[in-house]
Amino acid sequence: MDYTSIFPLMRAELTLTAILVLVFLYDLIAGKRGHRWFSAVTCGLLLVQVAVNLVPGPAGELFGGMFRTVPMDGVVKSVLSIGALIVCLQADRWLQREDTHHKQGEFYILTLSTLLGMYFMISAGHFLMFFIGLELASVPMACLVAFDKYRHHSAEAGAKYILCALFSSGLMLFGISFLYGTTGTLYFDDMAGRLTATPLEIMSLVFFFSGLGFKISLVPFHLWTADAYQGAPTAVTSYLSVVSKASAAFVLFTTLVKVFAPLIEQWQTLLWIVTVLSITVANLFALRQKDLKRFMAFSSISQAGYIMLAVIGGNALGMTSLVFYVLVYMAANLAVFGVLSTVEQHSGGRVSLEDYNGFYRTNPKLAVMMMLALFSLAGIPPFAGFFSKFFVFASAFKAGFYVLVFIALLNTVISLYYYLLIVKAMFITPSDEPIATFRSDVGTRISLAMCMAGVLLLGVVSAVYDGINALSFGL
Amino acid sequence: MNILSLFPAVPLVMMLGLWLSKSRRQIHTVMVAGSTVLLALAIWLVFHYLGLREAGETAQMLMTESVMWYAPLNIHYAVGVDGISVAMLLLSAIIVFTGTFASWQMQQDVKAYFLWFCLLSVGVFGFFISVDLFTMFMFYEVALIPMYLLIGVWGSGRKEYSAMKLTLMLMGGSALLLIGILGIYFGAGATTMNVQEIAALHNIPVQLQRIWFPMVFIGFGVLGALFPFHTWSPDGHASAPTAVSMLHAGVLMKLGGYGCFRVAMYLLPDAAHELSWIFIILTTISVVYGAFSACVQTDLKYINAYSSVSHCGLVLFAILMMNTTASTGAILQMLSHGLMTALFFALIGMIYGRTHTRDVRQLSGLMKVMPFLAVGYVIAGLANLGLPGLSGFVAEMTIFNGAFMNDDTFHRVVTVIACTSIVITAVYILRVVGKILYGTCENPEHLKLSDATWDERFAVICLVVAVAGLGLAPLWVSDMIRGSVSELIAHILS
Repeated sequence: MDYTSIFPLMRAELTLTAILVLVFLYDLIAGKRGHRWFSAVTCGLLLVQVAVNLVPGPAGELFGGMFRTVPMDGVVKSVLSIGALIVCLQADRWLQREDTHHKQGEFYILTLSTLLGMYFMISAGHFLMFFIGLELASVPMACLVAFDKYRHHSAEAGAKYILCALFSSGLMLFGISFLYGTTGTLYFDDMAGRLTATPLEIMSLVFFFSGLGFKISLVPFHLWTADAYQGAPTAVTSYLSVVSKASAAFVLFTTLVKVFAPLIEQWQTLLWIVTVLSITVANLFALRQKDLKRFMAFSSISQAGYIMLAVIGGNALGMTSLVFYVLVYMAANLAVFGVLSTVEQHSGGRVSLEDYNGFYRTNPKLAVMMMLALFSLAGIPPFAGFFSKFFVFASAFKAGFYVLVFIALLNTVISLYYYLLIVKAMFITPSDEPIATFRSDVGTRISLAMCMAGVLLLGVVSAVYDGINALSFGL
Repeated sequence: MNILSLFPAVPLVMMLGLWLSKSRRQIHTVMVAGSTVLLALAIWLVFHYLGLREAGETAQMLMTESVMWYAPLNIHYAVGVDGISVAMLLLSAIIVFTGTFASWQMQQDVKAYFLWFCLLSVGVFGFFISVDLFTMFMFYEVALIPMYLLIGVWGSGRKEYSAMKLTLMLMGGSALLLIGILGIYFGAGATTMNVQEIAALHNIPVQLQRIWFPMVFIGFGVLGALFPFHTWSPDGHASAPTAVSMLHAGVLMKLGGYGCFRVAMYLLPDAAHELSWIFIILTTISVVYGAFSACVQTDLKYINAYSSVSHCGLVLFAILMMNTTASTGAILQMLSHGLMTALFFALIGMIYGRTHTRDVRQLSGLMKVMPFLAVGYVIAGLANLGLPGLSGFVAEMTIFNGAFMNDDTFHRVVTVIACTSIVITAVYILRVVGKILYGTCENPEHLKLSDATWDERFAVICLVVAVAGLGLAPLWVSDMIRGSVSELIAHILS
């Protein structure tokens, strides 16, 4: 084996691991004074990591096919890194608080570990590698959810998350073991050739799917979502709702296309049902939410349903749409969470819909950014969300799923209603005690500027889409 | 850059200017400058277009340009105009121009108001210049969403309810539209999104057309106040601030009719033939039901909103008659209705701004108090009920004339039924004019009110001139429209 080829092929993983080590060392040597610069250091390092990996690397495989990568993986990894960077920028204010101040290092290290897990999950060529990546992405996540451990909600959310995560990992492992039993291999390539759609294989497909369905929080695997999102610290919630979800969705696409291609009829049926359920059920639940973090939980479940529209066709257009959708969704969702988080920090924990009444009067800039992000989530032009929604619809339509697209489109109307409820609260409904005017911290402002750039430009400027499209592949 | 792209670009520049402006005065300057440029551009475009036609340009779309946008789906930013779009652009420019003056007295958060107003006009102008399905749809939706905030924040009455209802119903329509557009694109072989090219291919299987035609027609029809999807319109118009009502009834509802004609009928002609009877019945109901509903309303804005349902129903009705005369009438009706409804809503807004009531029962004898506004109101009313010499007559005459040309019983019966709306229109218009303008002014408070200010006078005069101009000299417009309409109709009939 030629060890020099490790460097170009595992560039993203190696740089991330290096950052992990550096952050860890910084945590050890930086005293109390150094802690103030923790966020700047980590974000700076992450920025370097993003910059180094911006140009996708070559395709190839390592370790006898355990690890294999294509340029598209590099794109997705960069997207995830940018997501993590934005989350870290937004987390600073919260981490500077009295009770979390001393464990900032843990937050960054845990976050970066999950990111590393996702990287390996994306580039896995073997089910064991895949599973290790998945676990590395889930277990530290549970710690992150329970990060505010002295707050009852956070601890409870952590417990719920880890139980659900373990259960779904168990199911997935069970499915993988059946697959091994029927095909005699765990390598993705070999397995694709040996699957014959026997009932046992279909069952293991369902088990495998439910494991990933949990990470993407599709209905009916979504039950943990609302509680975990509400209980977790807001920075973690935004990380969960975007980065974690995006990686799992992409991995679902690649495994379904690469490994389960012989079972295409079965997984298309499965996805059809799950997509309709996710979009519809989540929308109906979102209508009744009063807590904005819970609300965003249901919104993100329904967004996951829309992402599945890109998966179901399994074509190259679908992959482009998926990555583009994820990128746009990241910009919009992180903007919403950025506003939620900074408001929560500055107003003593106000997160309910009513608290936002009259928000535009006191904090017009944040209100406008939140509104643009919500419009993007709802798919209103000229914001990027419109374009990404159109492309996922087009890719599902191309594969012939007319009815599914129709149902999804009707659901966009419902989703617009509840997004507009927030806009209405901020702009129209008057309030006796609105959230006081405040000035948010530098990190949040930078992150919101990045998100707004994404929301406004990603759609109108087609260059990013073209770049993704050049690298995508499908059935 | 294509000169047509200036139409959406100017409002964008205006938005930038508004964003930078510091005072009310600067905001007004930006708005007046921008809308004047737009109006000048639109007038120039009319002459340029007529000049090109004189010079023997026979292509259906002129001044076309196409820039690749999203290659995998063949999405272009493609623009081009024919006679119909030129007329619509002129209409939009007039309404935006007069709407600016009608909003002169706006006090609350003027900057944000005009920002949204400009975004709305970006959508409207962009829609009329687009010849690419995706671009068209995008601009269509751009025009919809500012309505929510414009009504919700600056509206009156049950504004939150109306704003939400309007937005959701129109988005429901555009959901249907989106799937219809995807259906057309993939049905035509997924090679182009350009309207002209899809029409030239003419290869969408009939069984698919049968599915997509109702979706696209209803999708646009929601905005064109097609019965039974018109219910957003009265509430929305009643709650919207003056200039928004003007723009919405005057221009936005025309997007519906224009889209039905240019996309639904033109691209799906076979299904249009088979299924037109369903929509003819629905539009006939729109026409008559809207007129009857207007008779029993007591709120001035509701009266005109229902009147708009009736008149916009007539536009769709005329398009479905599928002959050149009726369809030319439809476009004329769009122009005429756009102008006179804008005039109506402007006047109602001005009267409401003084009396703080729009209830017919509480208003009387305004002719003596505010003669200028009252005379304007009478002119708008007369145009609405189709008095010869004003725009309404030309349009309705052409429509009913064209509709009666279809010599089968069904078409003739529905035409006769639709014709009755003229009489009913006279009833509700004259009733209101008599009640609120003439007689003695019973409310002593109203006697103290003043007449129109200069900005209001200016807006009213512009619109009255346009209404009378269209009524007295309709030929140059109808000539401009007729050529393009006959090409579309020839394709639909082929």
